[in-house]
Amino acid sequence: MDFLVAIVVATVAAGTPLALAALGELVAEKSGVLNLGVEGMMLAGAVAGFAAAATTGNLWLGVACGVVAGIALSFVFAVAVVTLQANQVATGLALAIFGGGLSAFAGQPFVSRSIDGIRAAPLPLLGEIPVLGPLAFSFDPLVYVSLALFGAVAWFLWRTRAGLVLRAVGESPEVAHEVGYPVARIRYAATLFGGAMAGLAGAYLSLAYTPLWVEGLTAGRGWIALALVVFATWRPARVLAGAYLFGGVTVLQFHAQGFGVEVPSQLLSALPYIATIGVLVIISRDAAMVRLNAPASLGKPFHAGD
Amino acid sequence: MRPRSSFRVVRFAAAAALGLALAAGAQAQEPLKIGLVYVSPVGDAGWTYQHDLARKAIEQKFGNKVQVKYVESVAEGADSERVIRELAQSGHKLIFATSFGYMNPTIKVAKGFPNVAFEHATGYKTDRNVAIYNARFYEGRYLAGVVAGKQTRSNVLGYVAAFPIPEVLQGINAFTRGARSVNPKAEVKVIWTNSWYDPGKEREAAMTLISQGADVLTHHTDSTATVKAADEKAVYAIGYHSDMSKFGPKAHLTASTHDWTNYYLETTQRVLDGKWKSGAVWGGIKDGYVKLAPMNPVVSKETQDLVKKLEGEIVAGKLHPYAGPVKDNAGKERVPAGKTMTDDEMQKMDYYVEGVQGKLPK
Repeated sequence: MDFLVAIVVATVAAGTPLALAALGELVAEKSGVLNLGVEGMMLAGAVAGFAAAATTGNLWLGVACGVVAGIALSFVFAVAVVTLQANQVATGLALAIFGGGLSAFAGQPFVSRSIDGIRAAPLPLLGEIPVLGPLAFSFDPLVYVSLALFGAVAWFLWRTRAGLVLRAVGESPEVAHEVGYPVARIRYAATLFGGAMAGLAGAYLSLAYTPLWVEGLTAGRGWIALALVVFATWRPARVLAGAYLFGGVTVLQFHAQGFGVEVPSQLLSALPYIATIGVLVIISRDAAMVRLNAPASLGKPFHAGD
Repeated sequence: MRPRSSFRVVRFAAAAALGLALAAGAQAQEPLKIGLVYVSPVGDAGWTYQHDLARKAIEQKFGNKVQVKYVESVAEGADSERVIRELAQSGHKLIFATSFGYMNPTIKVAKGFPNVAFEHATGYKTDRNVAIYNARFYEGRYLAGVVAGKQTRSNVLGYVAAFPIPEVLQGINAFTRGARSVNPKAEVKVIWTNSWYDPGKEREAAMTLISQGADVLTHHTDSTATVKAADEKAVYAIGYHSDMSKFGPKAHLTASTHDWTNYYLETTQRVLDGKWKSGAVWGGIKDGYVKLAPMNPVVSKETQDLVKKLEGEIVAGKLHPYAGPVKDNAGKERVPAGKTMTDDEMQKMDYYVEGVQGKLPK
């Protein structure tokens, strides 16, 4: 029983940064902006968060700085693709590389510095319930934040007028513009939210998951988050489930190894990508499914004058 | 991207230094230019950090007789070839290539610079002007295993490892044999991360081992994540590469570290004297290449004395971590009693010894 609990707890922790980054990207994509620079924004968030926490000793200030760094990078991206109408794919890739280099440079003085990270804290009373306590009420605070953000995103996109407008912009910016909605401003907001979430995901990695900074700390998790959005066919609940699934793969594989079970670990590492390709194949065969969920104008720039 | 930009800086620095040297005039004897190539940033602990300590020792000892330059974060493969070539072209007469993956680029570049001495760490190819050097890390692992075997209560030891290559297996097996020499009930669980450097995975692997009952961990990966995880979960850990005590002051029992200072100083002296020759060096505790970091006070005096005694026996050649009988964990005898494993056999190691759980991934 104990090790089952350990697996679940570790899975949630491993899935949380993926869920955060992917939820942010989901909102950006729903507005029609494809930002491939998630990895770069996560790294920026991770290094900014760690640097702030290591310098001031305040972990929550670190989290805030991580979010701000993610926003800053996504702002550069938004200026390029929304205002200047640059190609989103190329700009996103450039952002991923830029974020990687920038974070490595800025992080030089902090490489393998040691801080006390954000620790898991069992909630009073609830955390003491056998099995359920460690299973549901003993995570670090950011895990609960990620769940709240998941609820907020799902509610916002499908239960609010503003969410409807955002989705409308992603479906058909022309129509939204005709009706009088500020397409560019909405896309800015969605992109910046995506940046904030990626920054938060990065800060989670450097402050809670592995409280340290090293170059390339995210180790490809930003790319997995991108794949996750497609895998989840742009649905927040599936994003969350997918994040825990992809996060759980590594954890399960390690437990299997510890018990002496032979597992093809390289294959399991490739699983998120294989699953995503599988989903892509399935949804592109069924045009109706694509139309239901994939934002129709994803990746296309919009000129107000056209 | 990064190696290129940081290299540019180095090149400017080299150009500037050359300018200064010319300005200073020809009367002073020109300093020996030494270049080092690192695979990662220097940081505060780890493989590259240990090489950089030796670089500082060179600068301290030889002062203005040498001019030392290093390039960090150089990816193995094509990037490293360019960096090594540039160092040779800009007049560096002694070049340390400090990562296994620099082997072929070093050999290739060396052919074009017969008057430059190349030193490659942990490889197996030499040439007229390419020497190799390595350390018997397994000797330190054996002693670390003794500490772990004495310290464990659960008799489960956890090992976070990167790739199943001989160097890593030598460490795992020596650690296991050390632990079982003082605690025959000790078993070692190994988790492979398939990455030299992924703190997230290393931490996850460490947490998994702890949840499966391991109460002393060690690792053969490059970050400090294992030691940190152990500290958080209030179990013990043994560091690798560097003294990692500041990353887990309570957990850190000791660390199996390497120290290249002696080798780098001797090599530099030889080049200065014009007596450098190619060769292959595999030094251990005796040569000062492998050391244990200071012990945590929780390790009993008795254990500390025992480790000291065993260390002395290794130096004296009386104790060898792979003295027979050596059985693998399927029960097959690999070295009969009375014999000792040869260096060649060690370098081809592809099995777990008795006491390691599980099967080696193929």
